[in-house]
Amino acid sequence: MSQQEFTLQDLKRILLDGAGADESVDLDGDILDTDFEQLGYESLALLETGGRIEREYGVELHDEIFTDNPTPRALVAAVNAQLGRMASA
Amino acid sequence: MNRRAVITGVGVLAPGGTGVQNFWDLLTEGRTATRRITLFDAGSFRSRVAAEIDFDPAGHGLTPQEIQRMDRAAQFAVVGAREAIADSGLATVAFDPHRTGVSIGSGAGAVRRLDSEYRVVSDDGRLDLVDHAYASRHLYRQCVPSSFAVEVAWATGAEGPATVVSTGCTSGLDAVAHAADLIRDGTADVMITGATDAPISPITLASFDAIKATSTRNDEPRAASRPFDADRDGFVLGEGAAVFVLEELTGARDRGARIYAEIAGHATRSNGFHMTGLRPDGRELAEAITAALDEAHTSPEDVDYVSAHGSGTRQNDRHETAALKRGLGAHARRTPISSIKSMVGHSLGSVGSLEIAASVLAMRHHVVPPTANLHTPDPECDLDYVPITAREHRTDTVLTVASGFGGLQSAMVLSRPDGSAA
Amino acid sequence: MKARTLITGVGMATPHGIGVADSWAATRAGKNAIGRITRFDPSPYPSRLAGEIRDFDPRDHLPDRLVRQTDRSSQLALTAAAHAFEDAGVRPADVPEYGGGVVTAAGFGGIEFGQNELRNLWSRGSRYVSVYQSFAWFHAATSGQISVRHELRGHAGVLVGDQAGGLDALAQARRRIRRGSRLIVSGGVDASLCSWGWAAHLATGQISAGEHPERSYLPFDRAADGHVPGEGGALLILEDERAAIERGADNVYCEIAGYASTFDPRPGDGREPGLRRAIELALADAALGPWEIDLVFADAAATARMDREEAEALIAVFGAFAVPVTAPKTAIGRLCGGGAPVDVVMAALAIREGLIPPTVHVEPSPEYDIDLVTTHPRPASVRTALVIARGHGGFNSAMVVRAVD
Repeated sequence: MSQQEFTLQDLKRILLDGAGADESVDLDGDILDTDFEQLGYESLALLETGGRIEREYGVELHDEIFTDNPTPRALVAAVNAQLGRMASA
Repeated sequence: MNRRAVITGVGVLAPGGTGVQNFWDLLTEGRTATRRITLFDAGSFRSRVAAEIDFDPAGHGLTPQEIQRMDRAAQFAVVGAREAIADSGLATVAFDPHRTGVSIGSGAGAVRRLDSEYRVVSDDGRLDLVDHAYASRHLYRQCVPSSFAVEVAWATGAEGPATVVSTGCTSGLDAVAHAADLIRDGTADVMITGATDAPISPITLASFDAIKATSTRNDEPRAASRPFDADRDGFVLGEGAAVFVLEELTGARDRGARIYAEIAGHATRSNGFHMTGLRPDGRELAEAITAALDEAHTSPEDVDYVSAHGSGTRQNDRHETAALKRGLGAHARRTPISSIKSMVGHSLGSVGSLEIAASVLAMRHHVVPPTANLHTPDPECDLDYVPITAREHRTDTVLTVASGFGGLQSAMVLSRPDGSAA
Repeated sequence: MKARTLITGVGMATPHGIGVADSWAATRAGKNAIGRITRFDPSPYPSRLAGEIRDFDPRDHLPDRLVRQTDRSSQLALTAAAHAFEDAGVRPADVPEYGGGVVTAAGFGGIEFGQNELRNLWSRGSRYVSVYQSFAWFHAATSGQISVRHELRGHAGVLVGDQAGGLDALAQARRRIRRGSRLIVSGGVDASLCSWGWAAHLATGQISAGEHPERSYLPFDRAADGHVPGEGGALLILEDERAAIERGADNVYCEIAGYASTFDPRPGDGREPGLRRAIELALADAALGPWEIDLVFADAAATARMDREEAEALIAVFGAFAVPVTAPKTAIGRLCGGGAPVDVVMAALAIREGLIPPTVHVEPSPEYDIDLVTTHPRPASVRTALVIARGHGGFNSAMVVRAVD
């Protein structure tokens, strides 16, 4: 099975659908290395986002995924790594 | 004249056995009533443990009509109210219905009926426009839980002020606080008060699964609720009700009532911060504790026992430890503190009233219940949380606290009115 | 002497519009806001009229992040609360840290949010339930969200008393102010106009099946045949009189002078309902005689039994045709927990404007010996007003407001 890819665009779409956006933040700006917290997303918003990624991509994300990967760049990489493990499994 | 509100009757339905005696036996023996969920098939949920009541409404004297009309939580409230009235001896004297009110707390209302009725009228979610023809004629009373106060008023004959207090997980303290206020300001002489919740339903489980707030220790249900333990991983849902007869002190003494405790002070504060998040320093809960002690004209040093919120989430137990240190100062390290949620689970709004019941029983017997499952204390929860075993302890003044979604923090002080039997 | 509790700011969200000016202008003009339901397709149901708030886009009033996590009832309440603070000219940040609080009434809680998540649960699976379901549907959500948004760290309360709950909430706020709070934002908002909420309304058997918006909700009318539900409510800023003077509050409407609540005897008991007692106790609490009440806002349930009970209680307390009675809610519907706070605001405005808003659409039945103000607003010097609210099952609450010199 070919591996699905999870992109920054996917992450932005899911963030907006699930939690919305803080008025003071431009998600289209350079956000790759900005902490989610600075982007206006607290624990609940991140739980909602994680749940949506799990549903849409059929992956299981561990409970500390956002603690271990606090920026969009790290999260996208972590989700893709998980997708890769599933594709090769 | 300074009017004071005292508890003269107690009724309890709690996991592990209904009635006050079974409840107290469970607590003092340190047994846990948490188990795999049996009320429905919970196999697909992340958390599959809860503290359930083996409840037979007909066995408690409810008629078929009452059983059909009432959600499980309302049934608990009515049974609890009848037990409390019987315990108080009030039924044997002529009490004035106009001076008797009702204040019932509930966090989740009739959620079980809402869940099951929704499935019927929506054909399991297939219909966006629900089919009202399949709705129970009691659906309104499930949606608007003021019906709980209606049922308790009908069951007890109260015709004074009646209301439901629904402040989420602080409801069990706040409903009794509201009742005490009505007695103190002269609005009522007797209040039937307490709280009830029966939230163990698919929609409740799903919502707590989503925020990962509940324990996933599904293979060891009896050890799942572990407040203040290093290995805790969330709260365990519970259910139940505790209902009290609250009376004005003079009237209670005049009729020779047994007086369990006075509601000496209470306060609610909001953290004004986050709907579910807690500020680590515990400032608002500490402020609620200070305000409740002030109202009771009591100092931290007088507190003999603290009935903790102790939900068993990572966040709460540290927050609460910080708040107790802040609110009680050095005395926080000297007073025994425990969480009965380790044994009866967290029944959302009602558990605050169950904790009031545990507190007045601790005052009656001079025994404080333990925190079960507390084998390895979290180093950051470094107070005397009475692990595993109940303790004989002179208990005349109790502080009980609650913390809930919406950022609400409540504290109540229970004391022994001067001259009442120890 | 107890310190007085003043109404120093008001905010509304009613079928007449968002904001007090719109609501009052429409109410005094007797404009109708009841119409065919648009929030869902009402055609399968035997009743199809409601008082809806049209053109409310929560994003015009609230941050996007907040909109995602709130039911419509909380969105309307948050909007009204912000308006109330503005109207009072007080910034929550200026209130001492634990001196400001919030007490609201809730009836249905977040029922529309709950319907959506129940649908997700049963049609798609438990993993599709929103994280915000953990609080958005419950009755404490609105008080919680208001306290978080305005950083109110004092007392917080939530009461459920069906249509009577709104007065009970205001009374709890007054009680906390007497015990030391400086300012409490209080009132209630309900929004139950989703198909799931509608099924609950229909289950009461008390919803008008009328097709004509102007001939459907007709209390004290021979044609009375149940009510029309509506959505919305009001939030009020209540302040301790000394605190209001200290900060130089310059928009004082009136004071909350009296309140009481009672519960009816069990059905079939045959004894008199508790309403008269609630009114008498509220007057006693205000230290006013019946002759000193200038205006009554009726509960106006619009069933023959409830209308008769209410008329009889009014006549027993005040005498026949002795006091003007009005029910402007005939233009917007019954708002459950939001209804009585709207009436209290209307009472405050009647005092300020010297005008009694009319009970539109109603042709009073000669059966009731009450002076019902219909069709046109009536100029009057209003110094005191009584607001009555009754809830399903037997709740009776009554509140007296009085002009402040």
